[in-house]
Amino acid sequence: MPKETLNAAEVREMLIQVADKIIESEPILSEADRKLGDGDHGIGMERGMNAAKAKLDTTEGEPLGKQFMSVGMAMMSSMGGASGAVFGTLFRNGGKALGDADSFGAPELATFLTAAADGVMTRGGAKPGDKTMVDALKPAADKAEEVKDASLPDAIQAVAEAAEAGKDASSAMRATMGRAHTLGDRSIGHPDAGAVSVSIIIGTMRDYVMG
Amino acid sequence: MSSIRKLINDPLKVADELVEGLVEAYNGECVHVGQRSLALKNIPDNKVALLVGGGSGHEPIYHGLVGRNLADGAACGDIFAAPPPDIVLEATQAVNRGNGVLYLYGNYAGDVMNFDMGAELAEDDEGIDVRTVLIWDDVCSAPPTQKHKRRGIAGLVPIVKLAGAASQEAKTLNELEAAAKKAVLHTRSVGVSMSPGSIPATGKPTFEIDEDKIGLGMGIHGEPGVSEIPMTTADELTPMMLDLIFKDFEDDEEIEALKEGDEVLFFVNSLGSTTMMECLIALRKAKELLTAKGLKVYDVMVGPLVTCQEMAGISFSITKMDDELKRYWDAPCQSVCFSKMEGRYGG
Repeated sequence: MPKETLNAAEVREMLIQVADKIIESEPILSEADRKLGDGDHGIGMERGMNAAKAKLDTTEGEPLGKQFMSVGMAMMSSMGGASGAVFGTLFRNGGKALGDADSFGAPELATFLTAAADGVMTRGGAKPGDKTMVDALKPAADKAEEVKDASLPDAIQAVAEAAEAGKDASSAMRATMGRAHTLGDRSIGHPDAGAVSVSIIIGTMRDYVMG
Repeated sequence: MSSIRKLINDPLKVADELVEGLVEAYNGECVHVGQRSLALKNIPDNKVALLVGGGSGHEPIYHGLVGRNLADGAACGDIFAAPPPDIVLEATQAVNRGNGVLYLYGNYAGDVMNFDMGAELAEDDEGIDVRTVLIWDDVCSAPPTQKHKRRGIAGLVPIVKLAGAASQEAKTLNELEAAAKKAVLHTRSVGVSMSPGSIPATGKPTFEIDEDKIGLGMGIHGEPGVSEIPMTTADELTPMMLDLIFKDFEDDEEIEALKEGDEVLFFVNSLGSTTMMECLIALRKAKELLTAKGLKVYDVMVGPLVTCQEMAGISFSITKMDDELKRYWDAPCQSVCFSKMEGRYGG
């Protein structure tokens, strides 16, 4: 049964599911990074999500915004690196923007993703088209704003598709930032590993909502 | 490719355990701070502090550059990953003596984001004055007009050495910042790689390269360089590398081209598995070419100081010296990574 809204306990359960999915995807993420970077993205994400799960063990009863923020803080501290900074910022900024919301529906999804995308772009300096995680996150945020009057299941379905399409579109882009920028045209043909992670995160949120 | 055999324990704890070992190598000279930082035990009150740092796995840098007349502390990240903001903050607090802290580290997106967040915490929560100077010596990583895109490689060793000496005499954070910026501006490097290093946690190589190729201009994590060339000899590769550095001094409007009579510090670095024998063979040819160009080699550094596990490759770094930089260089220094007596060889 798809869920029309999520309470804090369900958000926490969803985030644990997201963490498990990322941990399981470590080989895929590392392989994606090896095409363009140094091949450690999956390891970093696995470490960050293990820390996030440990943190979520202690957050029962906290507001749903705090649940997201705890994931962000745990990722930032345990991962370091560019990934820790940007993925930490994604969850922390997104969660902070939710304030003391006590239910998570389509409008909150939009608030979360818009703040997350803004935070990541400010921290990392990437714009859409630079072949980074932003290429999955920003289209997802834009879609979420567009469908925020829809039901949560309809909204998150559309948002997950936008993230997936954004991830796929990053294959055709030429890297201009980070360690991949020196690859130039050789970076074309592979999706950005961070965009792959974003599409897995949002796709797993969708799977949780759809039940 | 068979996976690399490494003498480790838990692959996910290598960074923590190597830092613990490093503290033991310092035998009391340094203390372990917070989760994964190092600081000199005795930092004088009111000293303008110098903090370095970055991902682990490149030993003996960066954390091996904490020492007398060198860096006051280092914030250490996981393998090839920048230290998170809370580790940067812990290191900052450990070296702060009330007169400001200069962050000096390689220009990588992850390092910049995490050190910036650490600086925000130090400034906002602790009232510590922080300034940042980025190291961008790799001339193959972007043209001279786009230095903000250049990465830091082996030139960081002479740069931190010079800045460390400058930090002893600096009265203010401004003075140390200016000296460190000068050391960066005057230092240019080129690296090559012949085979990759591997990530301890996965055992997988960080990049792939054909056995009969050399990656010209590659970075210290195996970032691609300017081109792949056929495998060649030391004597043929050496002039190609030097020419890239000479050309950068010529093309960069911010510094004068190297000309007859200029004095330079020359550093041949091994990326890991390239032997001292190979470094010396390259040095022999390089010295001949530097001399032919009319340059005076003020001092020489050679050895595996900035590594990427068992990566095979070398880099050359040239620091154009002037009276101020020579004064900083002449100061003695001591650390696990790099030590020297007062003055210079042949001086």
